Amino acid sequence: MLTLTILIPMLGALALTVLPSLGHATARIIAVATSTLSFLLLLIVWYQFDTSSGAPAFQAYAEAPWIPALGVFWRVGVDGMSLALSLMSGVLFIACIAWPMENPERPRAYYAWFLFLESVSLGLFMVLDLLIFYVFFDLSLVGMFFLIGRWGHGDAQGAALKFFIYTLAGSLAILLAIIGLVLTVDPITFDMRALIAAQPLAGMDLRGGLILLGFVLGFAVKAPLFPVHTWLPPAHVMAPGPVSAILAGVLLKMGTYGLVRIPFQMMRETFADYALPLAIVALASILWGAIVALGQTDLKRRIAYTSVNHMGYTVLGIAAAGALLNGAEGAREMALTGAVVEMVAHGLITGALFLIAGGFWARSGTYDMDAYGGLAKVAPRLTAAAVIAAFASLGLPGLAGFVAEVQIFVGTFAVFPVIAAIGLLGILITAALFLRLLQQVFFGDLPKAREGFADVSLREGSILAAILALVILIGIYPRWLLDLIGSASSAIIGS
Amino acid sequence: MPIGDVSPEIAIIVAAVLALLFAAFAPRRMQAGSALIALAGIAVAIVLVLGQLGETRFTFSGTWALDGASLWARLMILLGTAFCILLAPGWFRTDPRHGEYYTILLLGALGAMAMAGAGDLLQLTIAVLLSSVTGYTLAAWHRDWALSIEAGMKYFLMGALANALLITGVTLMLGLLGNTGYADIAASLRLGTGLSPLLFVGFALTLTGVAFKLGAVPAHAWLPDVAEGAPVPSAAFLTVVPKIGAAIALARLVQLVPPEFLGLRPLIAILAAATMTLGNLAAFWQDDIRRLIGWSSVAQAGYVLMAVTVLGLSPDALSALLAFIASYAIGNLAAFAVVAYLRGRTAIADYDGLAKRRPLVATVLVVSFLSLVGIPPTVGFLGKLALFMTTVDGGYTWLAVVAAANTVASLFYYARVMGRAYFNAPPEEIAVLDRSSGVAVLIGGIFVIGGAVLAGSAFTAFQLSQLLPG
Repeated sequence: MLTLTILIPMLGALALTVLPSLGHATARIIAVATSTLSFLLLLIVWYQFDTSSGAPAFQAYAEAPWIPALGVFWRVGVDGMSLALSLMSGVLFIACIAWPMENPERPRAYYAWFLFLESVSLGLFMVLDLLIFYVFFDLSLVGMFFLIGRWGHGDAQGAALKFFIYTLAGSLAILLAIIGLVLTVDPITFDMRALIAAQPLAGMDLRGGLILLGFVLGFAVKAPLFPVHTWLPPAHVMAPGPVSAILAGVLLKMGTYGLVRIPFQMMRETFADYALPLAIVALASILWGAIVALGQTDLKRRIAYTSVNHMGYTVLGIAAAGALLNGAEGAREMALTGAVVEMVAHGLITGALFLIAGGFWARSGTYDMDAYGGLAKVAPRLTAAAVIAAFASLGLPGLAGFVAEVQIFVGTFAVFPVIAAIGLLGILITAALFLRLLQQVFFGDLPKAREGFADVSLREGSILAAILALVILIGIYPRWLLDLIGSASSAIIGS
Repeated sequence: MPIGDVSPEIAIIVAAVLALLFAAFAPRRMQAGSALIALAGIAVAIVLVLGQLGETRFTFSGTWALDGASLWARLMILLGTAFCILLAPGWFRTDPRHGEYYTILLLGALGAMAMAGAGDLLQLTIAVLLSSVTGYTLAAWHRDWALSIEAGMKYFLMGALANALLITGVTLMLGLLGNTGYADIAASLRLGTGLSPLLFVGFALTLTGVAFKLGAVPAHAWLPDVAEGAPVPSAAFLTVVPKIGAAIALARLVQLVPPEFLGLRPLIAILAAATMTLGNLAAFWQDDIRRLIGWSSVAQAGYVLMAVTVLGLSPDALSALLAFIASYAIGNLAAFAVVAYLRGRTAIADYDGLAKRRPLVATVLVVSFLSLVGIPPTVGFLGKLALFMTTVDGGYTWLAVVAAANTVASLFYYARVMGRAYFNAPPEEIAVLDRSSGVAVLIGGIFVIGGAVLAGSAFTAFQLSQLLPG
């Protein structure tokens, strides 16, 4: 079932590449249909998923040999964390594929790359084989490279190249760390479940530290954390809106997901030893991301930097959850659940924000906030969507971001009280920067040039409404999501 | 005399002679018939090589090694040569000496096969010389084109020096060890007799001579010129086929010395690091795609040396070596097939918008480059993975880190070309060569992706292989 979920978008991509002379509309319909089909299969998996405490950690498991000589198998399976992330990715991909193209060139190739990226992203969250995880991790770079470079604007090629090289450096650090990790077990295996059970690095100081460093470095580039986040702003600014939404909503999660799945789960002892430095890096990202975002006058850059800030919260929660081997289970579980909810919430919220920003570019060709003002008069529906998304992003109670952040901070206070206290400053700054953004762009005087600014179309409006409805649903009734994610966090913390 | 043990090599010689005879008598328009003869000879040789599957022994009084390493290497050499032959008919159609080309190509392949199988220093010398002499001819085939002549001349001058060093080294080793057979040398070195600084010099000189064929530092300078100036089929051949033989020959030489003696392994590790770094840095701002592939091929030689470094230190070194050279050969040949199919266009500006005019060709170019970088799901990824694993396992983690840093750097110049092919606006029309090179492009692309999917059995086969004298 999971294999099929990964395969369907890939086949869709292939079909779009091979089938001759499809029109724009047909190509989009095929792409939306394919990604919806894959999402429906995911819903079935979710329906069958057992969240009770005695259930196996990884469900819907399947495997097939690939390179048995090296212990590499095609292994797929999900736990509550990966299922939640896959579902979120599924939603976001449908939304971004359905969103109108910013510059409608070569639509077939555009939708094919999107489906390719969807297949790769879902695959990354679902595989339970380290090597194939790495394969998908790298492939996501390839897909993104072509999407940004081909359909971006401005110096898109430069941004795409920077993104590719920067994140490949990170992924090679991960590759070396993976090799270091699997070589410690005999016979060699890349099976994540076996490695989680074996904890092969327990008691190895220097080697364990270096391997952890490799993983953390690689995932930090992808997440991204301060100070290896510098590829992010140009990539986001040059990319078209839907691509930015996927980059922020799905690809960044690969970094934080990887951080939990691999170093946290497979080398708990080493991870606990170095949790404090990781928390400090997370704190730096929270503050740096927030402060730099505040200083941006470019709409998209501002949103891009808030990603650094939000991923900082996530990593802070992860570091707090992994800081101890035993003790404070309740708080650590809460921190981890919060971190995963933050990944889901950030995916949806920032996805919506980037789609809105893409709409700005499509209408006016600029992201400069000074060029806008008073849009509430001409585009009330767009304003409503932007206000909800911005409030969700700054953590207003009743919206998804709040559920995540409150859990992260409550959990972290039990482990790193000082860091959590300083981290709260980040929330204040984020609130300020979003309020100022809303004030400047949507309220005040409407510039002459913007009087013809069109409100969201029906298609754009329904996509945003669907995403934001989920954001509100998670905000006011988070139980269903928390149960799913909580089943994974209690298994991870308890094991 | 166990003549059957060299039956594949005999098949190649026979095919070479037949191709030459045919070329001498056939009219100009039928010269391509020699290509068919050559392909037939290669097919026979492949069958005969496969018949040696599972053999692990010396033959011909210890001068010729039959083992897994030489078997797979010779198979790769034959397949690689056949692939280059596909590129040739279109390229040389107007060349009056077209038919003879295949004879020289087959003899070059024979030299590479002999390098892979050499079990004796003198045999190795002969193999290197055969491979070199044919190589000069192949590089300078276009007699009236300055760049081709320059490539041939540089190759020849470098080669003359390298071969002289090789012979000096062999002489020193013979004098100090009293023997040229690998089995005897290995036995006496294992006892620790005859170790001396002079022997180290002898080894170092011999290794340099073979490193010349591999295109490794310090004998690498010919590679970019040959890649740029030689006819594209020759360039594809010379940057791949002799390297396969040389890699096995080097591995065999290094394996003679127990890892703890003579400080040979650190030396090779340093050469590996220097080779990959130099190759990648030099490729950085190349605006000529053939030179770019040439320099990248230098860098790849550095990666090959990683596996040689940890021979005997990690059990998987040999299978990693085989996996990597196979993946390198596939990626590089596919890239050259694209260049040949596009009539050898060299400026990377000529690749603007290739994806729009020729999407399939652009795809093959991109996957072959991704394979050379080592990005999944290409064969290059698996080759590099095996290489990194064995290097870390053998205790040379720093070398793996250097290689990883180099991989990142190499992405820069490959991505420059990929970006141009996909993002820039195309020229009016892009001229292409003949159908047979188009087929080669397709085969190359299929191998780059398909090879990775079906790599499981290849890894199993490589792991069962041995390298004499083991």
